[in-house]
Amino acid sequence: MTQTLKETIASVFDEPACAANAAKDEKARKKGCSKPLTPGAAAGGCAFDGAKIVLQPITDAAHLVHGPLACEGNGWDNRHAASSGPTLYRTGFTTDLSELDIVLGNSEKRLYRAIRYIAETRRPPAIFVYSTCVSALIGDDLNAVCEHASQKFGLPVIPVDAPGFVGSKQLGNKLAGETLFAHVIGTREPEVSTPTDINILGEYNLSGELWQVKPLFERLGIRLHACITGDARYAEVASAHRSKVNMMVCSAALINLARKMEERWGIPYFEGSFYGVSDTSDALRQTSRLLVSRGADADLLDRTEALIAEEEARVWQRLAPYRARLKGKRVLLYTGGVKSWSVVSALMELGIEIVGTSVRKSTDEDKTRIKQLMKEDPHIFEAIPPREMYRMLRDGEADIMLSGGRTQFIALKAKTPWLDINQERHQAFAGYTGMVELVRCLDLALSNPIWSQIRAPAPFDADGRVAKVARRNGLQSVLEAAPDKPFLRKFAGADAQELGEC
Amino acid sequence: MSHPIVAKPVAINPLKSSAPLGAAMAFLGIEGGVPLFHGSQGCTAFALVALVRHFKETIPFQTTAMNEVSTILGGADHLEEALLNLKSRMKPQFIGVCSTALTETRGEDFVGDLRTIMERRAAELAGTKVVFASTPDFEGALETGWSKAVLAIIRALVPATTVKRDPRRVNILPGQHLTPADVEHIKDIVESFGLTAVALPDISTSLDGTVPEQWTPTSYGGCPVDDVARMGGAACTIAIGEHMRGCAEALHEIGGMPVVVLDRVEGLAATDALMALLADISGRPVPKRHLRRRSQLVDAMLDAHFHFGGQKIAIGAEPDHAFALASLFQDMGAQVVVAITTNASPVLARVPADVVKIGDLDDLEAAAADVDLIVTHAHGRQMAARLHTPLLRVGFPIFDRLGPAHAMRVGYEGTRDFLFEIANVFLSQEHHPTPESLDPFRASQQEERHDRPSFSRH
Repeated sequence: MTQTLKETIASVFDEPACAANAAKDEKARKKGCSKPLTPGAAAGGCAFDGAKIVLQPITDAAHLVHGPLACEGNGWDNRHAASSGPTLYRTGFTTDLSELDIVLGNSEKRLYRAIRYIAETRRPPAIFVYSTCVSALIGDDLNAVCEHASQKFGLPVIPVDAPGFVGSKQLGNKLAGETLFAHVIGTREPEVSTPTDINILGEYNLSGELWQVKPLFERLGIRLHACITGDARYAEVASAHRSKVNMMVCSAALINLARKMEERWGIPYFEGSFYGVSDTSDALRQTSRLLVSRGADADLLDRTEALIAEEEARVWQRLAPYRARLKGKRVLLYTGGVKSWSVVSALMELGIEIVGTSVRKSTDEDKTRIKQLMKEDPHIFEAIPPREMYRMLRDGEADIMLSGGRTQFIALKAKTPWLDINQERHQAFAGYTGMVELVRCLDLALSNPIWSQIRAPAPFDADGRVAKVARRNGLQSVLEAAPDKPFLRKFAGADAQELGEC
Repeated sequence: MSHPIVAKPVAINPLKSSAPLGAAMAFLGIEGGVPLFHGSQGCTAFALVALVRHFKETIPFQTTAMNEVSTILGGADHLEEALLNLKSRMKPQFIGVCSTALTETRGEDFVGDLRTIMERRAAELAGTKVVFASTPDFEGALETGWSKAVLAIIRALVPATTVKRDPRRVNILPGQHLTPADVEHIKDIVESFGLTAVALPDISTSLDGTVPEQWTPTSYGGCPVDDVARMGGAACTIAIGEHMRGCAEALHEIGGMPVVVLDRVEGLAATDALMALLADISGRPVPKRHLRRRSQLVDAMLDAHFHFGGQKIAIGAEPDHAFALASLFQDMGAQVVVAITTNASPVLARVPADVVKIGDLDDLEAAAADVDLIVTHAHGRQMAARLHTPLLRVGFPIFDRLGPAHAMRVGYEGTRDFLFEIANVFLSQEHHPTPESLDPFRASQQEERHDRPSFSRH
């Protein structure tokens, strides 16, 4: 690990704006916030993964992974960050280091040639170059190669120094934020700038969710200058320092970036969410409030309240038909730490019962909010072991589980409806319309007719033996087509012996 | 649910193929057989071309080649000459004669003519069974012709039984909607219970596309005539599809064995019922491998239901086929908004679709404007292109894709693979989100349409 990377990581861990960090004593703070992973019991992505998640949605840039094939080859084009234009970000570029490259120290040259090839054939506005475990281990000087290439080819070539072994996915998110701060943001001036320009940080436009909320801002005359990084263009991110307000979605990931942008350019930020009705309204409200505090017309506040009133009325009206269908349904909510309490309260508003929720990555504040929401008998879990989760679902303790892909098959194998609410999903659940979509998907999953079919026992046991009663029933259902035929009825009552003789 | 006859003075882009073609397919499921159309050359030529394009096989198929003179004076001479020529040229064990619209309209006494010919030419025709099915083109469609042919075979070739009942032999009367691979799989299932399966007709051994070591002018495979003759002594008869009910009843009248009409053999519950039935007949437990396949199907249903839920489907198929398809889609949470079919049948009342109508592909197209998937034969390709909607090819004819004979969609494993096939069609249509499609203000103008299906790739 290079000295610079070491220092960056230390500074990321000592994030003053992070509430969890501020609560720690000096010694604990020094240790950093990433818990060491337990070998044999770890799940989740590495720092490289985390960095790429943050940066790859810059759609017109090329993203080149410097390492052996696995890092890019096994995971390229696996997220659904949508683009309204360029598609270059979905092209998988890797130096695909071979054994010889590594042994003979050829890899820096190979990287340089790869950058040249991309610069010449694709002509992107910028190239992000990601280090990996191997390139970091053999000591490739990523910064030097990128700097040289940048001068030589006349385009920004940005080193992303977040090799997998330095830590978790979340650390990688932060390192990506550091990269943007050090190499990208503030390097260009915007073509236009208005008093109501904002940035959104930590929103990656997965399944196009940004587009569910962007028009809300536009309706208020608020211009989304840069989304960092959903559906972003390089030039927008590079000139994001002229925006008036930063909204930070998914707070933990880019809090260091938000704070540093405030320090250097005086851009105030707030944490918000577009999941759920009240959170969406709050996000609009806070944005307007901060914009007005920075000199926007004060009537923005009134217009915002009017829009919120109108949209909230409409969303509840659209949700109303689901109330009867979903009332009393029991949901097991199993997420990491998504700030989705507003989703929970909207679901409860529809008569849905939350029978349990996990608080693995939640803060104390989150836990308090859960307890307030789930007044009666809150089943709050730290983490549910898979076996226990399977048992709960198998025993019918919930009608549906909302979770991420990792637990999908626990639900399905327990023959229980499941809805993806993690980042890998394909439905867009943001804003007011996203809430309706979420409820529609919930209804669709719960009402699918396969559940009764697959839960019904087979008419024979595990050894293939047909029970007497089951046999009769099975035959009767076969014969439903023609109960009026006497010879069929006779057959329905026949058992194997009689049949053998007839 | 309603199924009125469509009151349109014209058929546009026909859905159905004619009954004699269905009868010919059934006759091709008899070993050493050849179908003979009693009509003009064209009747045979069109049907032959349709069969060849679908199966990619040489199809033995002949015509009585009615001409203007014989149409006026009577076709018995042509029938006689055709039978004699077929006998000397092909040496078939079986000739299946189908009437056509021409000879039926003329009003020939086929049965009388045939009896006369068989008596007069007994020596020449010895060793060849000749069966006649009345299949005017103007009545019904493939399923109609198919079941009429099977009924004719049963009536003509299964003697009132004096043979000892064989408790391990089961008759299978597969419907026209089943492919050679389907029939083969059903026979395999039956035999896995230690039973012997006799399928009538058995296209699984005649239209399954193999390369025989020698040239055979007739069908090379199919149900042997001798096996047909012993069907009266079977322990049980299982018919598949409502259009085979009459055939099952005929066998019951002859042999007195119990008969069961399965309305479908696709899907979990339907296959469970088949397994339970066979366990009952054989007195043996369901073999382990089926239990494993069953569990695979359950898992396939779990994986596939995400993609079926809320999808709108338009089906164009013959009655029993439409019933089986619509039921499977319904099982999986899709909505069959329309099923256009070819002819009346008691099964239509049970087809789980919003609208069930007798009509043509033009009617299907009109009703399919807003669906996610069109399910019909290859002629649906034009409408699919016009509507920018994917087409799932089922039934007959499928002339622009290879392997329709080997599409196996019955039982646990056939259903499993079929669900994946359909889900993959949905996945290939995966919509990419756009700012326009997700715009909340646009959505407000289209509130009525917010029930679009969701596409997810879990």
